[in-house]
Amino acid sequence: MTETIVIIGAGQAGAQAVISLRAEGFSGPITLIGDEAYAPYQRPPLSKAYLMGTFERARLFLKPESFYADAGCTLIVNTAVTAVDRATKTVRLSDGRALSYSKLLIATGTRVRPIPCPGAGLSGIHSLRSIADVDGLQAVFRPGKKLVVIGGGFIGLEVAAVAAKHGLDVTVFEAMERVMARAVSTPISDFFAIAHRAAGVTLITSTGVDGFEGEGAVSGVRAGGKTYPADIVLVGIGVLPNVEIAAAAGLECKNGLVVDKYCATSDPAIFAAGDCTWHQGRGHGEDEGNWMRLESVQNAIDQAKHAAASMVGKPKPYNEVPWFWSDQYDLKLQIAGLAWPGDEIVVRGEPSARKFSVFHLRGGVLAAVEAVNMPADYLVGRKLIGEHAKVSAARLADTSIPIKNVVG
Amino acid sequence: MAKITFIDPKGERRTVEAPEGWSVMEAAVKNAIPGIDADCGGACACATCHVYVDPAWAAKLPPKEEMEETILDFAQDVTKASRLSCQLKVTAVLDGLVVTTPKNQH
Repeated sequence: MTETIVIIGAGQAGAQAVISLRAEGFSGPITLIGDEAYAPYQRPPLSKAYLMGTFERARLFLKPESFYADAGCTLIVNTAVTAVDRATKTVRLSDGRALSYSKLLIATGTRVRPIPCPGAGLSGIHSLRSIADVDGLQAVFRPGKKLVVIGGGFIGLEVAAVAAKHGLDVTVFEAMERVMARAVSTPISDFFAIAHRAAGVTLITSTGVDGFEGEGAVSGVRAGGKTYPADIVLVGIGVLPNVEIAAAAGLECKNGLVVDKYCATSDPAIFAAGDCTWHQGRGHGEDEGNWMRLESVQNAIDQAKHAAASMVGKPKPYNEVPWFWSDQYDLKLQIAGLAWPGDEIVVRGEPSARKFSVFHLRGGVLAAVEAVNMPADYLVGRKLIGEHAKVSAARLADTSIPIKNVVG
Repeated sequence: MAKITFIDPKGERRTVEAPEGWSVMEAAVKNAIPGIDADCGGACACATCHVYVDPAWAAKLPPKEEMEETILDFAQDVTKASRLSCQLKVTAVLDGLVVTTPKNQH
C-alpha cells in the first residue's frame, strides 16, 4: 500500500518537510494543510523590509505555488485541522473533510500571546505574525502617528526601528529591566537600547502595561501610573505553541509538543517540527542539552529535515547549533548557540564603533556568539561552537588576531 | 525581467526569468533551482547561496561589499568567480547572466 504523509502547518517547517521528503526519496502523496490564505512564506521579513514597504509580497513566498503540485504535494490553504484521530490515522479539517495518513507531521507553529489587560479588544491594537497582520498595520503606519510598542523583544524592536525610520513617534515598553532579555546578553541589550534612543525612540524598561484607554479605538496606554497617548499599539510579548490538537489527541505536551532527538512523538506514526516542539537541545560537554522550545527559521528548517529523514526510516539525531538574526536600523545582529547565565562573557571590538561581538565561554568551550555587524565573528563562532572548541578568552578579546586565527 | 541561467555541477542548464530588484538567490529559490539553499532568505546569516559567476559576466557585476567578502571566506570551494547570490541584485544589465552552482553549500 502506498504511504501517505499529511503535514499540518504550511509554514517554514511544513514547506521544508515537503522538500526534504522528496529529497529523501519518499514518493507517495503528500498533503500540506495551512490555516492562512497563503502558500508557505518567510516570516522574518514581515517585521523588517516587508513592513517598511521595500519588499513586495511576492518575494515572501518560499516556493512558487506550482512547486507543490510539481512535487506531488496537495496544498490546502485557509483550512484548519480540528482533530487528529490516532486510532483511525485520520485528521479532520475545518471544512468537514477527513484525510487519512500513514505518517503525520505536526508543524503548527505558534500564535501571538494575548495581552491580559483591560481594553485589549479596542481597535488599533495590533500584533505581528502573519502577512494579514502586517497589511493591517501598514494601512495605519503614517509619519507623525503615535505608536506604542509593548514588548522590547525582536518583533517589538524591529517594528520600532521601521517606525522610527518611517517618521512615527515611537514609545516602547519593556517589562524586564533590559530589552531582548530572553534572547541576548546584557552588553547587546545595552547597545540596542542606546541605538533605539539615538534614533528617537522613547524606551521605557522595567515597566509593564496596565491597560488601554479609548472609545472603540485605542487612544492611550496606561503604564507606570501614567497614560501615554497612542494612535497605534503593537503588542509583541511573545508567542504560544499551537499544540491543542496534539494534546487533545493524547500526545504529551509541555511548553510545546514533546519530541525526541529524531523529531518523533510518542506515537510512532506522528512527528513534529519547528516552533511548536518541546525538544532537547544540543549538549555541552558533560551536560545533556536542556529541554526547550525554539522560535527560529533554523530550528524549523533543521527539525523538518530530521523529521523527514525519520519518516522515511533514516533517522539521525538532531544536534544542530541554533542560529538567529535580527535587523534593526543598519545593525545586523547575528547569534549562534545559546547563552546560559554564568557563562564567561568576552567582548570583542568596540560597541561605539557599531561593530562588535560578545562571545560566551562555558568551561573554556565556546557556547554562543552574538555579533553586531560582524558576520565573520558570527560565522567563525558558529563553526567553533559546532566543534565544541576550546577558545582562549584573551585571544578572543584581542582584535589584532583575525577571528579566523583565534584558535591555534 | 532578466533571464538568468543556472548550470548545475553536472552541466545541466536551467534558465529562469527574474524580476528586476530581486536577488539572483531569490530568482533561484522561487524557481526551485537545486543547489541554492539560502536557508536565511537573504539575511547574510547562512552562506548557503554561493554561486560561480561566468567569467564573461564578472565585470558587469557590482563589486563585493565587505559583508559578502567576509561571508564568502566561509563558503566551500571558493574561487575568484565566487559570489553570494543573495547579494546580486537583478538589473537589466544582467539579462543573460550565467552562473554555476557548487557541489555543496554546507
